[in-house]
Amino acid sequence: MALEDRRLGAAMFAPAAAYIALLIGGPFVLAVMYAFTDARIGTQGFHYVGLENFRSILQSPSFHAAVRNSIVFTVVAQIIIIVCSTVLSIALEKPFRGRKLVRFFILLPWVVPISLGAIGWKWILDSIYSVITWVLVWAHIYTPYSAPMWLGEPHLAMTSVILVHCWRLIPFSTVIMLAGLTAIPKDIPEAAAVDGAGFWRRMFWIDIPMMAPIIWVAVLFGTIFTFTDMTVVYILTAGGPFDSTQILPLLAFTTGIQGSDLAAGAATSLFLVPVLVLIAYFMLHAARRAEVT
Amino acid sequence: MAVVETRNLVKVFKQGELGAVNNVNLETREGEFLVLLGPSGSGKTTLLRMIAGLETPTSGEIRIGGEVVNDLTPRERGIAMVFQSYALYPHLSVYDNISFPLKAQKVPRPQHRQKVEWAAELLGIKHLLTRKPRQLSGGERQRVALARAIVREPRVFLLDEPLSNLDAKLRASAREELEQFHDRIKTTTIYVTHDQVEAMALGERIVVLHQGEVRQIGTPKEVYDQPADTFVATFLGSPPMNLLEFSDVIVGFRPEAFLPAPLVPGAAAVEFRYRVNYVEYLGAERVLYGSLEDAGFESKEIVSRLSWTMPSGYDAGTVHDFSVHEADLRFFDKKALKRAQPRPYPWR
Repeated sequence: MALEDRRLGAAMFAPAAAYIALLIGGPFVLAVMYAFTDARIGTQGFHYVGLENFRSILQSPSFHAAVRNSIVFTVVAQIIIIVCSTVLSIALEKPFRGRKLVRFFILLPWVVPISLGAIGWKWILDSIYSVITWVLVWAHIYTPYSAPMWLGEPHLAMTSVILVHCWRLIPFSTVIMLAGLTAIPKDIPEAAAVDGAGFWRRMFWIDIPMMAPIIWVAVLFGTIFTFTDMTVVYILTAGGPFDSTQILPLLAFTTGIQGSDLAAGAATSLFLVPVLVLIAYFMLHAARRAEVT
Repeated sequence: MAVVETRNLVKVFKQGELGAVNNVNLETREGEFLVLLGPSGSGKTTLLRMIAGLETPTSGEIRIGGEVVNDLTPRERGIAMVFQSYALYPHLSVYDNISFPLKAQKVPRPQHRQKVEWAAELLGIKHLLTRKPRQLSGGERQRVALARAIVREPRVFLLDEPLSNLDAKLRASAREELEQFHDRIKTTTIYVTHDQVEAMALGERIVVLHQGEVRQIGTPKEVYDQPADTFVATFLGSPPMNLLEFSDVIVGFRPEAFLPAPLVPGAAAVEFRYRVNYVEYLGAERVLYGSLEDAGFESKEIVSRLSWTMPSGYDAGTVHDFSVHEADLRFFDKKALKRAQPRPYPWR
């Protein structure tokens, strides 16, 4: 029986193992290999060049901008996402009329395919056809000639990209936190109410500390989704203007795939690894803690 | 300290359905230990939660210390509550748990330590102040919950089955401690339980609830000896009161009053032929399960409780003469199921 069980277990596990090996492990090994060569798209064979790729990347101003922007993009987006989704989840936890509808609408951005959502936003923020600009002009806040270019000015472009990304990830974090909130025994907030705690005290002394583990999980997932995501930036600004929204995954993609410099792209993407390893470590830690309690 | 009153209190959860609490009128006395007793679903917890302000009454009035508190939040009512699960804040230390109500009620900070230590001392948990709730045993958690409740000296104490999470042995000692604790602080206490032993041991008066209605309010002796209806008669006492239906009356007697005939001398004894079907041996007493040989009652299970000092020989399968003293008979109206006037034998 033990042998049969083990075979069955291995069989059930095999698809996941194969998936990881073929679609994640394979490319990762290739990326590490290419990073030390001069491989290019469209040529056969390559040579070992040592740390040459890393040396040239570290000297590139685009790379510096990408690292800085990736950090800003991830940190600012995560702060906005966590604050908004904490508030939303607390608001959505209590039953009220139309709660299901509100939940549905909030979840919508997460369900929409990421590229479609981003294309929608590209139009909303377009330099000529933007509805936001139209409304601002209509309200006489700007004239048609002085209106801001949402995606064309460095700081505005970064802000736009961050906000669109938040729009996409807030539903996801909210759902995670709602799940965590329902796991808090109902009598604990009640005890706090009887003990005399008002709204704010309950929120900062009871609700949020008790949500901390689940907030942590949401932060980790959100960080991964933000740090490695390039779709929103790629569609909205393609990293411009003047690299002001350039981020690491997009830089790796444009150099490696669009620019044919496979080796430099691979080397760039390897800079994502340490951050992701760190997050993976914390994630396993959080998962274990969730199991214990 | 304050008196808690409810007037025509009703709670209906779903419109059109029977109320969870139906027209409840009760009034505690100053500093009294009042127990709400009833089976699950009898509305006792809902009643307590309405008094605490965690549930809004559908209609009726709640008064604490003479003041109508229907529209006050829990924090404005000056009550403290101990939950069935204790509801300790898991991320806070015992000290922070106990001082939480002080912080929430904006008691000046310098007084916190002294008050927390007073409460912890009273409950013998001073050595646990730095621990987290998960490092405590069930009994210790219960004490922390009590300390958190008394620390701000509430007007009224509400306890929702605080002993039900303890094992049997601990429950007995915790019950005794609760009693001494109440003697010391003398705060009006409303205590919810489904356990009649707890209710009898702790309550100065017991409110028996069934399907959201008050069936009887009285001292433990009153509700046990003089049950107001057949529900109270069978809910209290373990095993419950024996009930025999006659043409227009129900006659009840406690198992401990149904004894071998030689033990109930005199003309006032009412005699039955009793067949013992099964004997439960419980150490200090034996519980006999059997039936009457008298016509019409063969299928009705009748229980007798014999103390260990009584003679043996009442084994399964044997038939004996058993008697009840007339003073131990209780009569109930067959239609209303309420207490009725005693009648002379025979009842037919």
